[in-house]
Amino acid sequence: MYSTTATDASNFVSTFNTSYYFITGVAVILILGLTVVMLYFVFRYNKKKNKIAIQNEGNTRLEIIWTVIPVLLALAMFYFGWAGWKPMSKAPKDAINITSTARMWSFSFKYENGKQSPDLILPVNTPVKIKLISLDVIHSLYIPAFRVKSDIVPGREKMMWFLPQTVGVFSLYCAEYCGLRHSYMNSTVKVLSKEDYITWYADSSKVITEANSAAPGSEGLKIMINQGCNACHSSDGTKIVGPSYLNLFGQKQVVIRDGKEVTVTVDEEYIKRSIYEPNYEIVKGYPKDLMQSYKDVISADDLLKIIEYLKTLNDK
Amino acid sequence: MSNQKDIVEPSYLEYKGKYKGIFSWILSTDHKRIALLYLFSILSFFVIGATLGLLMKFELIAPGKTIMDAQTYNAFFTLHGIVMIFAVVIPGLPAVFGNFLLPIMIGAKDVAFPKLNLFSWYLYVAGVSLVIVSQFAGDGPPDTGWTFYAPYSFRTAGTMLPAVFGAFVLGFSSILTGLNFLVTMHRMRAPGMTWLKMPLFPWTLYATGWVQLLATPVIGITLLMIVAERTLHIGFFDPSLGGDPLLYQHLFWTYSHPAVYIMILPAMGAISEIITTFSHKTIFGYKFMVASVLAIAFVGYFVWGHHMFTSGMSGTALYTFSLLTFLVAVPSSIKVFNWISTMHQGSIDLQTPFYWAMAFIFVFMIGGFSGLVLGSLAANVHLHNTHYVVAHFHFIVFGGTGFAFFGAMHYWYPKITGKMYDTKWANIGLVLFFVGFITLYGPMFYLGFKGMPRRYFDYDEVFHAGNIISTMGSWILYSGLAIIIINLFASLKGGAKAPADPWGGKTLEWTIPSPPPVENFDEIPLITKGPYDYK
Repeated sequence: MYSTTATDASNFVSTFNTSYYFITGVAVILILGLTVVMLYFVFRYNKKKNKIAIQNEGNTRLEIIWTVIPVLLALAMFYFGWAGWKPMSKAPKDAINITSTARMWSFSFKYENGKQSPDLILPVNTPVKIKLISLDVIHSLYIPAFRVKSDIVPGREKMMWFLPQTVGVFSLYCAEYCGLRHSYMNSTVKVLSKEDYITWYADSSKVITEANSAAPGSEGLKIMINQGCNACHSSDGTKIVGPSYLNLFGQKQVVIRDGKEVTVTVDEEYIKRSIYEPNYEIVKGYPKDLMQSYKDVISADDLLKIIEYLKTLNDK
Repeated sequence: MSNQKDIVEPSYLEYKGKYKGIFSWILSTDHKRIALLYLFSILSFFVIGATLGLLMKFELIAPGKTIMDAQTYNAFFTLHGIVMIFAVVIPGLPAVFGNFLLPIMIGAKDVAFPKLNLFSWYLYVAGVSLVIVSQFAGDGPPDTGWTFYAPYSFRTAGTMLPAVFGAFVLGFSSILTGLNFLVTMHRMRAPGMTWLKMPLFPWTLYATGWVQLLATPVIGITLLMIVAERTLHIGFFDPSLGGDPLLYQHLFWTYSHPAVYIMILPAMGAISEIITTFSHKTIFGYKFMVASVLAIAFVGYFVWGHHMFTSGMSGTALYTFSLLTFLVAVPSSIKVFNWISTMHQGSIDLQTPFYWAMAFIFVFMIGGFSGLVLGSLAANVHLHNTHYVVAHFHFIVFGGTGFAFFGAMHYWYPKITGKMYDTKWANIGLVLFFVGFITLYGPMFYLGFKGMPRRYFDYDEVFHAGNIISTMGSWILYSGLAIIIINLFASLKGGAKAPADPWGGKTLEWTIPSPPPVENFDEIPLITKGPYDYK
């Protein structure tokens, strides 16, 4: 959707380039050179031209030369890779801190002042340190234009850092296979000028979204966008992974509870159970154990706002 | 070898043993018949795997859904990986050509343990069946990818345990074949064949044998840990039980990386044989070729960590694995230099197997160098888990092992079947295969460089053009493959009778009739010269 390559999008583009183009350059020269030599030999020493082969069992000096030269080249290649990677392991002290939470199949980003966003909003020319948390399986946060990637391993605290150097919009992908909607687990990186970032950061509403804030239920929608609910649930009747929200509230729903089919009415209690204990009842025809509990994530107040939003989706 | 003897001694294909029909094959302990059992099983799985790949590429011709949904796509790449890795490329060259030719090339009548050899084939069939059936035994279709990464694989109910158990059974097949070959080479070389008079293909099987014997048990240990985790809830890998998903990755790659060398070493051996035969010239730097094979096998044990550069290992571990990865490339480059030097001043007979060898060298270099790009820490952070990796390992595994397999197929076909194949169709198939291969996997380097992650069912519009070219490549490749296979089968009936030595080779298999008699040699030969004596 957005750019995946840009000159100097981050401080790691140039170190990547050094390493990548050095090895690729050596590779192209050697591959072409050796291929040409091979083709020449095949042409020159074809049996039509060279009826009797001249036997030659080897040459120790040559063997030593073509052992030593590749070793030196390999060491040089290793060095550039190491030198480019070294700075990635330690974030500068003045970096701003953002916590990224990954789950099947969405990212969300939380800022130091508690602000949350489904997109990664960054100030230009300011180092950024991202704390990486996964709630379920291994994911990987990958921003191609920045040449950075880090796996997010559940149960392990990890971090990545970089310095965005160009104002612009860039793609962000999940790069570790994480199931059905892996290829839809993506987000957007928006690098703003410092002034724009400060304005955005200071905005007291918890998220930025395009939603009309005057519409009923818009608060609830914002919370749901933040939490990535729409990665699995649609609001237009489409079946993604979980049931759609369209015309959901107040309806009768057949669910499986303790292995038995039960018909329930979708009311406030049911929605609360579905969010806090999602595996207690599973809507018939849907897989279990895919959604985790949001008990510590979505407050009781926010829950009411979500319910208010769901009510707006009836009879459209 | 006189014609009289040809008539007296029946070939292994005509020999009437104790059993009839299919039983004369599936109960035979003749290493040559077992080799063909492997050949037909592996070819069948290969066609299945290739067809899955073809359908996957068709799905990727445009963003969004083309012919299948995301769930089906995920199941396809999982099965494609499992079938191709475990059922095709790991057993590939050693089980087929190793079984057929190793005893003959060292002047023996069979492998050291013929019954164990047949048992290994049964284990192979059982293991592959288990792995494939397990993928359909759980609640849903298989969707873990061939790497079964924890904890995702633990969440998909039921399939993990039988799949790893299947890999374990397959592992035993691998271990026993390795053991069998090692003992055969230690104990049954013809009188006078000192270690340094042994041809290079057996040498690569020797190195492979040790890798099979020493690396494969790791998958067994992993299985026991998974069993303990699933049944006793001891947390090894699952963080919800207090385990560590990275431990799983370490154990998995400790086996699966050396497994890459099980695939590529015999391929190098076959290529060495082909190049020396068609250049009518002894191999350049024989001792260095042997040393580099052993070096690759040895260093290859210690580079598994390069699959995990972005997983979160310590800095020291990263440097060490990166450095070793670069160093393991050196012996491979020595082999390329020696192959090309062998052609120098040769008298080159341009036959189909030689074309395969040339194509092998070309794609192997691309695969090898792209491996160095990935071995570099700074470059890896960007390219890991993108299509660049997919391109790299298809160049190495399909380009390396696959090209060598077809090269070996065309080289030893007259010996195995007693027939010559149609050279014109063989070459047309090769050209299509080669062009299709480059068109299919070449654009993936670009896609990966642009940032397209692997295992993506859907993608952004920026990746569209590359995917169109790549998909078209898959059609060319597949038609080339079809021509090659059809030609080889058609030649079984229509091909001319093959002489004992159609190519002017010097190794022992060319001194006996085609197809070889049941006992290979009437009299065990006495070896006095090196393996490639063209003087």
